[in-house]
Amino acid sequence: MAEALNSMLSLRRLTRRFGGLTAVDAIDLDLASGELISIIGPNGAGKTTLFNLVTGLDRPDAGEVRFEGQDITGLSPERLAGQGIARTFQLGRVFGNLSVMDNVLIGAHTRLRAVKPAVPLIGPLLELGLALLRPASVKAEEERLREEVKAILARFGERLLPRIDQPAYSLSYANRRRVEIARALALKPRLLLLDEPTAGMNPTETAEMQGLVAELKAEGLTILLIEHKLEMVMRLSDRVIVMDEGKKIAEGRGEEVRRDPKVIEAYLGHGLPGATEQESAA
Amino acid sequence: MSSWLDYTINGLIVGNVYALVAVGLALIFGVSRLINFAQGSIYLVGAYIGWVAVVQLHTPLPLTIIVVAVAAALVGLIIERFGLRPLQNSVRIAPLLATIGISFVLDQLVMLTFSPNPRALPSQLPDVRFQVGGGTIGPLDLLIAGVGLTSALLLFVFLRYSKLGWAVRATAQDRDAAMQMGVDVNRVNQAVFGIAAALGGVSGMLVGMYYNQIDTAMSLQATLKGVVAEVVGGAGNVPGAIIGSLLLGLVESYGVAVFGTSYRNLFAFLLLVVVLVLRPNGLFASARQAPPEPLTGTFIAPSRPVRIPRWALLVATGIFAVLPLFPVSFYVLQTLINAWLLGMLALSLTLVAGTIGQVSLGHAALLAIGAYTSALLSLNLSVPVGLAIIGGGLMSAALGTALISPSFRLRGHYVSIATLAIGEIVSLVILNWESVTRGPIGISGIPPLALFGYELVSPISIYWFSFIVMVVLALLQGRLLGSHLGRSFRAIRDDDVAARAYGLSLNRYKSLAFIFGGFAAGVSGGIAAHLYSYINHETFNTQQSILALTVVILGGLGNVVGAILGAVALVGLPEVFRVAAEYRILIYGIVLLLLVRFRPQGLLGTM
Repeated sequence: MAEALNSMLSLRRLTRRFGGLTAVDAIDLDLASGELISIIGPNGAGKTTLFNLVTGLDRPDAGEVRFEGQDITGLSPERLAGQGIARTFQLGRVFGNLSVMDNVLIGAHTRLRAVKPAVPLIGPLLELGLALLRPASVKAEEERLREEVKAILARFGERLLPRIDQPAYSLSYANRRRVEIARALALKPRLLLLDEPTAGMNPTETAEMQGLVAELKAEGLTILLIEHKLEMVMRLSDRVIVMDEGKKIAEGRGEEVRRDPKVIEAYLGHGLPGATEQESAA
Repeated sequence: MSSWLDYTINGLIVGNVYALVAVGLALIFGVSRLINFAQGSIYLVGAYIGWVAVVQLHTPLPLTIIVVAVAAALVGLIIERFGLRPLQNSVRIAPLLATIGISFVLDQLVMLTFSPNPRALPSQLPDVRFQVGGGTIGPLDLLIAGVGLTSALLLFVFLRYSKLGWAVRATAQDRDAAMQMGVDVNRVNQAVFGIAAALGGVSGMLVGMYYNQIDTAMSLQATLKGVVAEVVGGAGNVPGAIIGSLLLGLVESYGVAVFGTSYRNLFAFLLLVVVLVLRPNGLFASARQAPPEPLTGTFIAPSRPVRIPRWALLVATGIFAVLPLFPVSFYVLQTLINAWLLGMLALSLTLVAGTIGQVSLGHAALLAIGAYTSALLSLNLSVPVGLAIIGGGLMSAALGTALISPSFRLRGHYVSIATLAIGEIVSLVILNWESVTRGPIGISGIPPLALFGYELVSPISIYWFSFIVMVVLALLQGRLLGSHLGRSFRAIRDDDVAARAYGLSLNRYKSLAFIFGGFAAGVSGGIAAHLYSYINHETFNTQQSILALTVVILGGLGNVVGAILGAVALVGLPEVFRVAAEYRILIYGIVLLLLVRFRPQGLLGTM
């Protein structure tokens, strides 16, 4: 595959094995800046493992991950977050005892400057000191971020703003997913990975989420999306990648992929794509 | 000088004893992902039942073994039924705390029944030694080896060929799947606890006979050794636990041969820390696995903290501040001074256990570091006491954090084991590093509290001093919680995977929490040293760590006001009700159990 010059994320022969099982098998992928690629495939196809490899939560056994031309294979998730990669999680991982505000503020953690001086060795101690003393610069930064969080939450209409001080464990399932996305946006990501953002949402909520993702794409954000709801995938994606048993079995524009016999075959064993869609919408 | 063969035989025999404990721990961990901190208490109970049988009932040996096994199994069943089963659907921290509480209650019950003095447990076998090669072996050695091998064989047959054994293995592999296939998980738990307890009890009895001495301190040591062996072998791995035990026995035995007896435990705990750091899944672990995605907030009970209005806090602070101006007795002031010192320790522990979720069981080590530093600074270098105490706090912050840092990559129950072991290591180093710490003699003649050259000897001045220090620490901690660090700590506690994905370095923030908490604990230890004027390696022990944990749970994890309220309640209430000293620890254990069961969020709620 030709190396795209404007490629933001490129994966080469990325592989991850668990014992005898190859969860991700020599995957190649190129994601251009501003592009939205969806990854679909039956359950257990290796989609989430692929996300884990890209975001540093898991290390590949072979292959390479490049982000804006830099080799980032095997870097820690902390470093990758610092580089501007944000993600949401399939099963939802909000911080249960933190308020909505604090959850989203954690998203902005990598952007803290005043309170986290980039001084080697004594940096952490300075951070502790500044957190306790809170000079004007630190206060101003915190205040600015809080305003920003409110602006992000406003994108979700009246879903989250009225609950801004409630602990996340008290939120509905759909609202927790929204908090996760708000948290990811607070990082000001250059690359956003969304792992089934509409899982467990009803059709109205799904349509809302689809609208939001479309907005983000229109704003120029580069997005990698795992999603089972094919209608949403077809509407949003520039390209679709189909995975089955760790391998990429098809890649292309939505309609092409949908007609690909290999894709239909992969889904037949686990139910047709249409059937999956109805199942998760129910 | 004994031969190497003797040390090898001794190592293998001791290893066999550890194996009996460790196999039980591995079985329990396998089916319920729980490290049973009460395993050592069952071992203790077994030893004392053995003593009753041998010394008072004069039972013959085979009957003694059966009596001990059955009685210990009964204790195990009771623990499972009443201590743990009610917690099945609660947060992950709950059963951990419950087994700690149970272990305290059992140990205290044994101590109250039999007194803490050591007793002789005579071996019922003839005292002869057979020459084997260059070493000797006695009938008791053979008995222990025989019991070990027989138990292993019986266990193998049980797990391999009985229906219940299959159920145990199925549950260990996948609890949910086993339940769906109709396995009665409660029965599996019962079976496992019964077997583990029987093995543990017999092990305690055999050790008692081997050393011809039993005492209540055996319990904690056995838990620690069993856990070390189990973790070395890989948690939940039964054959691994046996190999880990033999390895531990040999390492200890050779270590003793080279360095002397007082280093025995040091080797065990160093082995544990090394294994936890290098191979956290044990020596025989399979391929690295991605952590499962837990649901949110499962480690700590979600709750809304009780909001106490600022004026109420100010009024309460004011009342305690002016209290000495009223005619209150010396005794009340003394009690409250103890509460303030415990309050400082609780502030420290509530930060690391509650706010950032590292349930430390070795917190007393931070007190000890602070106390020794402050005492030695003032004695050896004539540093003014006020500065020496701050030095103690700083040393505790620095050294404590450095020592605990190997546990930063661990989670949940493993953190508790590692911190427990690190606490023991500190105590052992203090005992053995005679040139600095004066070893077992301890440090006496520590100068009294003083500030700017004025000695604080009157109870009122000591009261004010400790109260003001505690209030300042509490205010600082409140400020910390309100900063970005407070939310970062809590985020790491709630979900460390998501926290890392958003750029929070676990090492950095756990270090900062321990630095801040270590300072508070070190200051508390420093003040205590100057108050007591004498300290030794046992002044700050595991009991204090557990007491502090009970205070923290009582007040509400991470809750600053709760930590102080809890300290006042646990120090004050026994005084109000004039509870005899020996019953207090029993009561702390029971309070911990009741809290875990009925109010896991504590009085004021988790922050």
